[in-house]
Amino acid sequence: MRLQKATRCALYAVLELASDPKRQLSANEIAEKYDISTNHLAKVLRSLGREGLVEAVRGAGGGYRFSGNAKRTTLLDVIRLFETVETVSSGEREPGDDTPEGLALTQVIEEVEAIERATFHSITLDTMMKLVGRHRK
Amino acid sequence: MKLSSSDDRAFDIRTVTGEDLPAVAALDERISGIAKPDYWQDVFERYGGRRKGRYFLLAEDANKKLLGYIMGEVRAWEFDSPPCGWIFGINVDSEGRQTGVGTALYQAICDGFRKYGVHTVRTTVSHKNELVMSFFRSQGMMASHYIQLETELES
Repeated sequence: MRLQKATRCALYAVLELASDPKRQLSANEIAEKYDISTNHLAKVLRSLGREGLVEAVRGAGGGYRFSGNAKRTTLLDVIRLFETVETVSSGEREPGDDTPEGLALTQVIEEVEAIERATFHSITLDTMMKLVGRHRK
Repeated sequence: MKLSSSDDRAFDIRTVTGEDLPAVAALDERISGIAKPDYWQDVFERYGGRRKGRYFLLAEDANKKLLGYIMGEVRAWEFDSPPCGWIFGINVDSEGRQTGVGTALYQAICDGFRKYGVHTVRTTVSHKNELVMSFFRSQGMMASHYIQLETELES
């Protein structure tokens, strides 16, 4: 699975901000670290703000800070804000779907999707930050 | 082992005894909705007490109220896997969740596994059980190179 650009931006932003909830960072500072477009990130941050995951801090030295619950917010919660997590069974019908071969293929794809969904839904931002920490060592 | 939760309540971790079994079985029944008296008796006979490489531990508060339990053992050479720690059961009462009780139980059993020179700990969990899967993820567990397979037996 390849995450869309906006989703990756959002995940980088929430992980960066959640790593120190008291710290304020500008969109520019986050964009620079992850080599992403500031304009694109600014739009993503506004979406995250509407969901209560980040809040904008106004005035000199303003920026964004994390305002969510890192132990309760999963990767899937963030991904769903930016892309549709469609399953093969909920998508458009394709030719051959109703044949035994099509049904068997759907069964295999559903197995992969179930594992993918469970993985994203079981990893919270807090767990993800621990994983990031292991990559820093 | 004396510990304290993130809300500063003291609790203790120790090996399950026969007297604890009804409370352990009742906690499991509250969470799973299924009473399994024969299963718990069997688990106690095989894992209770201080048996080599086998652990059946509980956490209790200062009033001896059961907060949670964990079970596991060292297994070796199943499907060519070198010795590893296997956790096959954990439950924490809803009052004890998010307070460090589960983490303390997990760490206690891992300390036990380390005494046997084990460097890997494994478990199996339903991907529909998001609570328990999230817990194990928070302990640093990732998908292993083993995958669980099953099929329905034809009658």
